[in-house]
Amino acid sequence: MGILSIISLWFIPILIGFILLYGTFKGVPTYESFVEGGKEGIKIAISIIPFLVGMLVAISVFRASGALDYLMEFIRPALKSIGVPAEIVPLAIIRPISGTAALGMTADLIEAHGPDSFIGRLASVLQGSTDTTFYVLTVYFGAVGIRKMGDALKVGLLADVAGIAAAILVVVYIWY
Amino acid sequence: MPMVNYIWVGMTIIGIIFGIANGTMEEVNKAIFKGAADAVTLCIGLISILVFWLGMMKIAEESGLLEKLSSLFRPVVKWLFPEVPVRHPAMGYILSNIIANMFGLGNAATPLGIKAMEQLKELNGGKDYASRSMVTFLAINTSSITLIPTTVIAIRMNYHSASPTEIVVPTLIATIISAICGILIDRYFYYRRSRKG
Repeated sequence: MGILSIISLWFIPILIGFILLYGTFKGVPTYESFVEGGKEGIKIAISIIPFLVGMLVAISVFRASGALDYLMEFIRPALKSIGVPAEIVPLAIIRPISGTAALGMTADLIEAHGPDSFIGRLASVLQGSTDTTFYVLTVYFGAVGIRKMGDALKVGLLADVAGIAAAILVVVYIWY
Repeated sequence: MPMVNYIWVGMTIIGIIFGIANGTMEEVNKAIFKGAADAVTLCIGLISILVFWLGMMKIAEESGLLEKLSSLFRPVVKWLFPEVPVRHPAMGYILSNIIANMFGLGNAATPLGIKAMEQLKELNGGKDYASRSMVTFLAINTSSITLIPTTVIAIRMNYHSASPTEIVVPTLIATIISAICGILIDRYFYYRRSRKG
């Protein structure tokens, strides 16, 4: 992993050290500011509980009932016809909805097909280059009390589609 | 009524109907309470991260570090967020969120993103609908640029990849393409909205 692992290992401690030294240097009462900022964190965490409970219950009911599998079977031919490999379809569909489920699927795909196979690489790139739109929407808007999301969901989901397409194109172009 | 209501009810009701049709009512029952429990566990887990990073960022904000950061990227963010005054703390939080995402620090990115949203809401006069800047911010966020996809690298190592990090550059390219698409899609919807008036 070389330099990459060193960067990711050092990044957070160095950043924290820098913020603390810079604050001290500028005469900020660092400890008091930290506590004050931290208090907001508790408020936010508590306030997003109802939003996440609502969303996660709906998502897990949808999944557990088999409705999600059905949806996938329904969409699969369409996605396949535009060049999405069948194995990757469930991951592509679940990625915006549930982060943990997507991570589990990525691990499954990598285990089943091998990390250096086409599917393994594609799953890796897809997992790394997209985010859980529903989670981000629920948490960010929920925490600050935005009720009307406007175009946010549409834009987010279309961006996900673009991300999935980009992942497939890049993997095919680089390795195959 | 905001769309989220329909999506929420839709997913739940379709799930219940499928449960009846598929004979998966037992799973549905379990899923209801597991989903609720998972959500609370997730939030409790978030407390430590939120407290820590928001505490740190408060120091960064008061020392002027956040403003320094936003001045560094001023031309880009000015174009992306024309509604946000350049010296506003929202800019600092938006940028820190993007940077945290770049390094795959999902847990640090969430508090910063929430904070950015809070500031954007304030800029929007505290109204309860998503402003233009919020939609742009979300578009960038969901197609977030990733420099180091740490979790994926870890999974690949677990399954003995010959080269766990070979996906770093492809991921970066894919994520840049998707971020650009996200921004373009966002712009398109914005112009469509403003044409309608």
